[in-house]
This record gives sequence, structure tokens and C-alpha cells, in this order.
Amino acid sequence: MVISQHDIATIWSILENVNDPEVPVLSVIDLGIIRKVIIPGDGSVEVIITPTYTGCPAMDMISANIRMELMEKGIEKVKVTTVLSPAWTTDWMSEAGKNKLKEYGIAPPLPKQQVCRTTLFSDEVISCPKCNSYHTRKISEFGSTACKALYQCLDCLEPFDYFKCH
Amino acid sequence: MKEHLPYILHLADNALIIGHRNSEWCGHGPVLEQDIAITNIALDHIGQARNFYQYAALLKADGSTEDSLAYLRTEREFRNCLLVEQRNGDWAQTVLRQFFFSNYQSLLYTSLEQSGDEQIAAISSKALKEVTYHIRWSSEWVIRLGDGTDESHNRMLQAINELWPYTGELFMPADFETRARIDNVVTDITVLKDPWENKLKEVFDEAGLPVPAPGFSQTGGKQGTHTEYMGYILAELQYMQRTYPQSQW
Repeated sequence: MVISQHDIATIWSILENVNDPEVPVLSVIDLGIIRKVIIPGDGSVEVIITPTYTGCPAMDMISANIRMELMEKGIEKVKVTTVLSPAWTTDWMSEAGKNKLKEYGIAPPLPKQQVCRTTLFSDEVISCPKCNSYHTRKISEFGSTACKALYQCLDCLEPFDYFKCH
Repeated sequence: MKEHLPYILHLADNALIIGHRNSEWCGHGPVLEQDIAITNIALDHIGQARNFYQYAALLKADGSTEDSLAYLRTEREFRNCLLVEQRNGDWAQTVLRQFFFSNYQSLLYTSLEQSGDEQIAAISSKALKEVTYHIRWSSEWVIRLGDGTDESHNRMLQAINELWPYTGELFMPADFETRARIDNVVTDITVLKDPWENKLKEVFDEAGLPVPAPGFSQTGGKQGTHTEYMGYILAELQYMQRTYPQSQW
């Protein structure tokens, strides 16, 4: 594949095919972790990504998958660079991504201003992704992965994951 | 920034060792949800450690990697403070150690966001979001146990007794912290002590726990003179790389 400046949009559309291995309904673009695509003009492509959580074990796999996907599309020289600043926030998750999460059974994140609250013993009011009830309770602020908290719906009784604000 | 390697390793070692200690709870938590919580917190700390070790390896530029720095240094080369290596004990002791440390780390990382070293600032700024969860979680547990039953209250008193002598070291600058301050990499850490005590008092008051009087402080961790626990931690942490050098997943 011949790379030119005009192909940045193509690269972005290829990246739509790379999913988060832990939440497979979300692409890396839905997650908001692709910060930039650079085409320096020497036939290579550089993708700048930012990690969701500091210790997220999926990040190494995501980098590898981005490289694989672009190589499969014929781009041989791929560089994936991780930058930490500015720090990722759930506010960068796309609206499409939030809808996909809900359909998948995970409550999407509330807007960010909630995260830095240091108030103790308080629950964020989260809507159940199955029945939409707000009559829910927090079981634990830490869930099956770093990015999720555990909740339970008190109406339909379904336990569910909440993609917590960050 | 190479002259500040000891400081960067200190930040990394603190995170690695408390992360390792917390990971020892994996499969042993008092209830499933809290087992998951403490191991999530462990993961966050190991993530912080990785970032700092990667940065240190980059600066060393001598073939070191994040793995060689974590797995192949000897006890005397570790620069973590003594608090993080203390034994898990019971749940009271683990949550109190986490509260003491997260309270400190939250203040330190907030000031490091303004560090003259951009990479340290970026790592701190990123990690601070997670530390906010740790301090909330550990504060709630200190209150829950302190203000719980006679048994849980007494366990907290014992934990305070055991861990209090290791808190002073957090605010006593080692040579590398003084050098880092002069170069505007870190603030004067002694100024973190007042806000740390204020937060402590706020949580202890609500928990019905007495704030201990200032007293003798154990020191030496930042200089590489550790408590007897450290050797056992490294024996487990480094076993695979020591036994099968260069082994990979």
C-alpha cells in the first residue's frame, strides 16, 4: 500500500477494526485511546496511543493488535508510541462507544467531574443497563478489570459492571 | 535527568513493593469483592512501578530494562521506604498501611504534577486518578473497622501501634530527594507532612481512633537498609528470574 498524506483517514478507518481485548465491543477509537496518526512520508505509519489505566494489562496486547492490523493491510513499517500526557479520561470515549457498552450490558461512564470526589461512603447513581432503573447499589468500586466497578440493580436484581469515570 | 535515577528508582520501588505486598492477598481476601479490590490496587501500583522503571531504564541507557531493574537488583539497592515492605498482618494492618501510603502518595503525586521533569509529571498525573480511588477505599475501611465492633477497633489500635513508627520516614528527605528538590524535580517533601496529618486526623476522628503522638521513627529504607521482611519479599518476587535467568512468558 502506498502511503500518502491523504491516507490518514484510511488509517483511522483500519483502526476501527482493532478492539479492546477486555471489552471486545469497543474499538480503540470508541475508547478514545488513539491520540494521533502520523505519516512521516518514509512509507511508515506512527500511531500515538495513551493508556486507559496505569496498570492496564491490555495495553501491550492493544499495541500488538494495532501493529498486526495495519501490517495485514499492507503497511509494513508501523510504530506504536505510548504517551501519558494528557492523561486519558472516560470523557474521550465516543458516544457510539457508550451506546455499545450499554447494549453489551455494561453501564457507561458518567461525565468525569464525578471522579475526583473524595466524599466517603457515597454511591454514584448508575442506571441499570438491563432495565434502566436507577434503583441500584454499588457492591464494590473495583471490578473484574481496572476500569470497572461492580453494581447491582435492586429492581431486576441483575448484577452488572459499571465502566467507572476516570 | 540521569543524575536523578536514584529518585526515580525510589518512586518505582515504593510502588512495586506495596503492589507486591497487596498482591499477596490474591485468593485470600476476606470476601470476594475485597479480594478483587486489593488486587486491583496492587495492579495499579505495579503499573506505576512499570512506568517509573521504564523511564529509569531509558535514562540508564545501558541495556537495563524495567524487568532487570525490578528482578535483578539486590536488597541494598532498593530505595523504597520501610512502610511499604511491612507485613500484611490482618486486614486492619493492610488497610491502614494502604491509607498511610495513599494519603502520602496522593499529596506527593499532586506536587509532582508540577515537576520540572516532564515524564515524572506525566506519570504522576496519570496515576493520581487511580490513587484517588485508593485513598477513598482505604479511608472507608479505616472508618469501618475503627468505628465497627470492639474486635475491629482493637485490631485497628494494634495496627496503628505496629505501623506508626514507619510513617515519619516518608517526610525525611534522603540525599536523592534533596538533590531532586534543588533541581526542581520534586517539592520539599517535609511540607507534605501537615496536610498528611490533617487528612489522617479527619479520618481517625470519624473512625473514633486516637491520633498517635509524634515519636521515634524507623528509617533506613531510602538508604537501602531494610527491615528483615525485605529479603523474603525479594526472594519470592525475584525467584523466577534468579533461577531461570532471561526466562520469558
